[in-house]
Amino acid sequence: MSLVLSYSPNYFSIDDILASQERTPCKFLTNVPKLGKLNPASEDDDLAAGTSLELPIWLVQPLSSGRHAIIAADLPRIYTEPYREILKADPVAVDLHKFNLYFYEFGLYAKSFDIRGDVATTLIYTFITRFRKIMDLADNMGLDPLINDGLDMLERGLFFEGHKARTKLNNWLIQTGMQLEAANMVTNHKKRKRVNLEDII
Amino acid sequence: MFGEKAVELVKEVNRNKDSLSPYNTDLIEQVNKEICGLIEQNMEDANASIAGSSNTAAYIPTVNVRHLSVQRNLRCLLSYHHNRVRCLRNMRWEFGSLLPPEIKSNLSSSEAAWFSSYSTSLAKYMRSIGDDGGVNLGADMKPPKSLYIEVRCLLDYGKHQLGDGTVILLKKNTRYYLPRTDCEELIRLEIFEHLIN
Repeated sequence: MSLVLSYSPNYFSIDDILASQERTPCKFLTNVPKLGKLNPASEDDDLAAGTSLELPIWLVQPLSSGRHAIIAADLPRIYTEPYREILKADPVAVDLHKFNLYFYEFGLYAKSFDIRGDVATTLIYTFITRFRKIMDLADNMGLDPLINDGLDMLERGLFFEGHKARTKLNNWLIQTGMQLEAANMVTNHKKRKRVNLEDII
Repeated sequence: MFGEKAVELVKEVNRNKDSLSPYNTDLIEQVNKEICGLIEQNMEDANASIAGSSNTAAYIPTVNVRHLSVQRNLRCLLSYHHNRVRCLRNMRWEFGSLLPPEIKSNLSSSEAAWFSSYSTSLAKYMRSIGDDGGVNLGADMKPPKSLYIEVRCLLDYGKHQLGDGTVILLKKNTRYYLPRTDCEELIRLEIFEHLIN
């Protein structure tokens, strides 16, 4: 359920909000009176045309599109040519988590600043190539905390879902009896409580 | 930068996906203030443009930026509340109609009201299904294999009344052979452990 929620048409999606909070370089095309404080480097009241700033993408995207664009957006660093080359060489070896937590979702926004469509191609190529590795990990590994280090949040979600499904299938294949279990939230709540008690003592 | 505080709220929900952190009245108040401030400034500039005292088109980008920030702030606020309520709804199914006091103290008053009204509607719905007294949708989450199951009690729970009216005293580390329907809820609450074989 949580995976479905991550896609951008969902107004309440946490992942989408956090992904659109990432910053991208951009340049102002017109003077913007009274908003000088957007630029921490200057003390003027007005924001002059030609100022270069890094602004969150939720602000940049609507301002840079349409006929009355007041901002010219640049590609975020991680989607520029040199980084794309790295991804083209071997997507599996890359630590996407270090690139950006929301590499794909942020990329969905960033791709609109790239007219030639190279970013979109790179995103798809990266995902397809890495997906096989994720599936392999989910099917064959125990829950090792180090595994999901190099994955971005979308891949992480896929990995956990895949792993859960595989564990369930294995249990079903091995066991005949159906054990009744405590609810997930209850178990987590109890664990947390135990920690709190130790804090007090 | 606008909208920073509102994102803090969303991050807070993101950190505790399975539990509720205390309702952050403080931060919400601050975000509210930011929104009101932005709207007031926009009104001011819009009125100035209408009065025609200065170059009328000059303020359009400013107003636009502020308006986008207002929308962003609203989205974050709504997402904060929406996701908390979603979590609360899951809790109704996991913990049952009675929440542990630690969780209860983290709710805002309207969230507590929402929870009790959700519980009431759910109970009413479950009573209305079928002819004889309704169906408990919280029971039999996994298909039952036998009428009686063996369980071990994990803590000193005290007296507990079974479905047929008999009262038993539940002590830690004792084993029971009981009707499945009586055990299921206690297993979900981690008072019983289900023993297989």
